[in-house]
Amino acid sequence: MSVVTFAFYLFALCTIAGGLFTVISRNPVHSVLWLILAFLSSAGLFVLLGAEFVAMLLVIVYVGAVAVLFLFVVMMLDVDFAELKAEMAQYMPLALLIGVVLLMQLAMAFGAWEFADTAQSARAAIAPSDEHNTAALGLILYDQYFLLFQLAGLILLVAMVGAIVLTLRHRKDVKRQNVLAQMYRDPAKAMELKDVKPGQGL
Amino acid sequence: MVQADLNIILPEIVISVYAMAALLVAVYSAKDKLAAPLTWATAGLFVLVAVWVSGMTGEATAFNGMFINDGFARFAKVTILVSAAAVLIMSQAYMSRRGLLKFEYPILIALAAVGMMMMVSAGNLMSLYMGLELQSLALYVVASFRRESVKSTEAGMKYFVLGALSSGLLLYGASLVYGFAGTTDFAGIIDAAHHGGSIGMLIGLVLVVSGLAFKVSAVPFHMWTPDVYEGSPTPVTAFFATAPKVAAMGLFARVLHDAFGSVTADWQQVVVLLSILSMFLGAFAAIGQTDIKRLMAYSSIAHMGYALMGLASGTALGVQAMLVYMAIYVTMNVGTFAFILSMEKDGQPVTSIASLNMLSRAAPAKAIAMLVLLFSLAGVPPMVGFFGKLMVLQAALDAGLTWLAIAGVIASVIGAYYYLRIVFLMYFGQAQEDALDHRSAPVLTVMLMASAIIMVVGIANLFGVESAAMAAATTLVQ
Repeated sequence: MSVVTFAFYLFALCTIAGGLFTVISRNPVHSVLWLILAFLSSAGLFVLLGAEFVAMLLVIVYVGAVAVLFLFVVMMLDVDFAELKAEMAQYMPLALLIGVVLLMQLAMAFGAWEFADTAQSARAAIAPSDEHNTAALGLILYDQYFLLFQLAGLILLVAMVGAIVLTLRHRKDVKRQNVLAQMYRDPAKAMELKDVKPGQGL
Repeated sequence: MVQADLNIILPEIVISVYAMAALLVAVYSAKDKLAAPLTWATAGLFVLVAVWVSGMTGEATAFNGMFINDGFARFAKVTILVSAAAVLIMSQAYMSRRGLLKFEYPILIALAAVGMMMMVSAGNLMSLYMGLELQSLALYVVASFRRESVKSTEAGMKYFVLGALSSGLLLYGASLVYGFAGTTDFAGIIDAAHHGGSIGMLIGLVLVVSGLAFKVSAVPFHMWTPDVYEGSPTPVTAFFATAPKVAAMGLFARVLHDAFGSVTADWQQVVVLLSILSMFLGAFAAIGQTDIKRLMAYSSIAHMGYALMGLASGTALGVQAMLVYMAIYVTMNVGTFAFILSMEKDGQPVTSIASLNMLSRAAPAKAIAMLVLLFSLAGVPPMVGFFGKLMVLQAALDAGLTWLAIAGVIASVIGAYYYLRIVFLMYFGQAQEDALDHRSAPVLTVMLMASAIIMVVGIANLFGVESAAMAAATTLVQ
């Protein structure tokens, strides 16, 4: 067994075990930690596929941001996980059904999937062949997909404007700091020096 | 290379830059005091860009075929921009009187317009999705613009969750199509499918169609429509009923013909089913409504059914009929919503149909304009709305979908009942003591009258829309 095969089985097993224990572990904090294991081992799988950039994204975005956020939420919010668990049994048949559908789709993708005659060449045509895949992604994203990149920026702008419109409330009863007013304050006007004679007071 | 590409998308760039500049100016200056001038400025810009776009000729693609500027896209863009401008002008008075007009409103509408222009010009599954999301996200926000009202918040929330679901369907379908074709480019997909599609592509196609059907609110993906129409502020409802519908229909036609034009038989039956279900559900469900905004929601579902009938025929004639139908539909809806926006009792907006009792006595001019519009919506012969339906039915007949055309006629007869019921109430209803206010904003009256006059005068030659739509349709369907 070569190292690559060994690594594949190791990562694959870790991914599946991580996913399984995320669902069945009793302590929600452990669940999140198992989830992190699942993310990390799938990142390993991506490296094996030669997609280092996606692997790094997975680690940075999912482990670094999403999972930590999860951890915060789980620790800070008072969620009754025992109750949620009890509800899980109720939804089990539906979950199983979805699982079966997913399995069938995978079977379809691997077994009976038909490609168009032109699919292979069309897929190959878009990627610059002599570039490292991170560099290739950059080339495609900022060059060929320039329009899409800018549109994604506009979508984020709309999301930001929307979040502000729907939630910002200007409260009149709160005193705010006015930095400029503070900086341009004239000491001569704001302060008055008085010479107080000893024993006399003002 | 990039220079040429940028020149092609210049109208979109102009509107986006305007939106961002307006946002900055408004944030750093008078904020909401600028809202009214900004609304007018945005409407003015829309009209200018519409004139500019309508003057363009030829066919050009930009960014490796991601953006297509052809006759079809231009026709849809002009319709979208003009109707969006009309709705913006109508909403200004209504929203400022109720303290709803924030400066973000025209800016969000401008960005939604950019999204809609991208949608009808999309030449790639990815640019399709980007345009769609840009438009939808802006619409989710304006739906819940009246944030202290539970109904408006509910409308925005419902629209957002269901919209996300439909985007998921669309994306899943798009990924299956990509899996088959190996490219997201429409030109590539049509090539790949040329030698017959696979079962995987068929599933992908059906999922993409489902996602788009949600955006045009075709049955069985219509559930959000009545609640969102009812809950959103009325000017926003007016907007929902006009420009986004044209954009979604344009996108629908674009995908079906540009990407799946070689497998017409595969999608035809799906679109036929959507069309029949929409026409009948729209006709039946509207009968029991007491709120005019909900009634208009079901009315729009039924109308989308007719527009889809044009699309189902799969011919250039069908696309032409769909474009003409949408142009007429939008004009009628602008007028009808101008009327709904002017419905007030003691300064408070009302939307119940019962409040229209004996309107003919209180406001004869408004009543007669509304009568014309309702007749046109129902498709009663001398009005323009009838010709829209006629063209769609002809396209269906030409394509050999005789029974679909027959179903359309039956649904139209059933649907006429609820439009005529409003006419009956206005002219022969019971007199009530607290009638609607007489006074209404001059802009609304102008819009209502103009729309009604178009419905009557337009029968002469439909203002040349027919030939423009034909030219547009032939660029799409080769």
